[in-house]
Amino acid sequence: MNLSTISKSLLIALPMLALGACSSTSDSDAESSEVNKKAATEEVAENAADNTVETDVIEAVELSEEEQLVQKYTWAILETTINFEFDKSTIAPRFTKILDAHAKFLVENSDKSLTIEGHADEKGTPEYNIALGERRANSVSTYLENMGVSASQISVVSYGEEKPVNLDHDAAAHAENRRAELTY
Amino acid sequence: MFVRLMLPLSLAISLLMVSVQAQARLEILITEGVNTARPIAVIPFKWLGSGKKPENFSEVIANDLRSSGQFSPISIDKMPKTPSNSQNLDYALWHKIGVEAIVMGEVKPSTKAGKYTITYELLDVVTGNMGMQEYSPVMEKRRSTVKTKQLRQFSHRISDVVYEKLTGDRGAFLTRLAYVAVDHKSTHPYQLRISDYDGYGEKLVLRSKQPIMSPSWSPDGRKLAYVSFEKKRSQIYVQDLYTQKRELITSFPKINGAPNWSPDGKQLALVLSKDGQPEIYVLNVTTKALKRITRNRVIDTEPSWSPDGKSLIFSSERGGRPQIYQVELTSGKIKRLTWEGEMNLGGTITPDGDSLVLVSRHNGNYKISVQDLDSGELRTLTKTQLDESPSIAPNGSMIIYSTVYKGKKGLALVSMDGRFKANIPAKNGDVKSPAWSPFLN
Repeated sequence: MNLSTISKSLLIALPMLALGACSSTSDSDAESSEVNKKAATEEVAENAADNTVETDVIEAVELSEEEQLVQKYTWAILETTINFEFDKSTIAPRFTKILDAHAKFLVENSDKSLTIEGHADEKGTPEYNIALGERRANSVSTYLENMGVSASQISVVSYGEEKPVNLDHDAAAHAENRRAELTY
Repeated sequence: MFVRLMLPLSLAISLLMVSVQAQARLEILITEGVNTARPIAVIPFKWLGSGKKPENFSEVIANDLRSSGQFSPISIDKMPKTPSNSQNLDYALWHKIGVEAIVMGEVKPSTKAGKYTITYELLDVVTGNMGMQEYSPVMEKRRSTVKTKQLRQFSHRISDVVYEKLTGDRGAFLTRLAYVAVDHKSTHPYQLRISDYDGYGEKLVLRSKQPIMSPSWSPDGRKLAYVSFEKKRSQIYVQDLYTQKRELITSFPKINGAPNWSPDGKQLALVLSKDGQPEIYVLNVTTKALKRITRNRVIDTEPSWSPDGKSLIFSSERGGRPQIYQVELTSGKIKRLTWEGEMNLGGTITPDGDSLVLVSRHNGNYKISVQDLDSGELRTLTKTQLDESPSIAPNGSMIIYSTVYKGKKGLALVSMDGRFKANIPAKNGDVKSPAWSPFLN
């Protein structure tokens, strides 16, 4: 998992969370702010006449955006790459935590959508690898749908062997390039 | 959903179509020659004008003949003399050093500005050495007036004539290659390029920020079909190389892949996964009528037409691992063609209809191989491990493919009998997905 991918997906994911939080409580917020506005105006008027007291703004304690996500969906929400065995599209057990976290996020934020990119290593022909990449992306999509994510939130694209993350030609590079990537 | 759209140049924001003469980046380097290659003398053509000779004809012709794997042109310093016409030629001198045939010629400025007149001869040394009146050693003698811009092309034309006279087969020196160059340092890393078959005169057809795949030549050599991810998804386009006009052919959900022109140029075989798994379809290029050819729950891909246009060869996992199958288009009858090897991919039938060229996996290595369609005998042609995308020269003499050689992805050539091999290293970046053009003359 590389850092830039994490931060990229977070930059998109976090404002969504924030929006979600606002909209769910907006009704009650609106009411209380009406009340507070009145009170605040009165206070300001009083203070203008008599400045024997002064107030200052205190900032609320804020978690970093990553920490907020992790608190809600576990560390696995920061991971966006699922790797595969050679010529296989089955999801290894070590990746289910990651997919579970993203599934929970998507279920709780049904207005959000995810693109699953399927990738293959350079072994075999480019046209066959496009098919293989799609099978991997489909396999991730099926898993998420089984966890309750709506199919309409998911789109799938296969890049086959055309977009390797590791440009070397050895076994380690091949293993790294056989992957599905979750992008919001 | 079916989309047909003419995309004007101004709308292609992330794409640039440029037609600039780039410096040749590819060059054929022979790695394995053939010891039975026939010795031939290509004598430097005599320049009868003033100033510099406009083109090095003999060098182009000698390189063509050498890279066919069938001829071994002798070096100039081994030539006893350098005559430019067959008058009073001493054949014994050439016969003595084992030369079978001689190519020679003369070039002079034409009376018309910007043109040259070229005369050339192909001589049979054995016949000439016998000195019998009734048998002429002159196999060919021609004269042409050619524009400056076409001199190199004309040299390839001479090679074609010489090759056909001496082997009985049509030469494929006046052909082009299309391929995808990937330069990760560029703002537009994915580039569809075209060059002469020998890597000379490279031109950019299309460059993009997203992958380009699977170029396929129309049978008239005028258009390329290819897959582009410029919209962050796969789509099939056809681009006219002369007018630069692009046409969006398919843009279905999921895979739009592996376009391949029918021999009559009226249809495209292609792969769509809009209904689940990747399946083979045939699209009428004019009416856009789409016909589904395969129907099952596994991967079917890589369609390519048999030379008679009556059937398609394709790769399928219907038997487990991918193997090559053939489907007859009128009856829909499907036949499995390959049985050897762990898997077989990327099959194409040779122009004579006798053999199947493919990528065969043995012991985990992917190698260009050829299977005799009658006997079923499979022969491995290459020594590299990551071969892919084989494409056959229109005369069936040679296969171009992509492979990893000395840690770099590039193109390579192998003769149909596997005895001649050459590498075409890229100067920068990777080069892949080669497609050999049809005959262009």
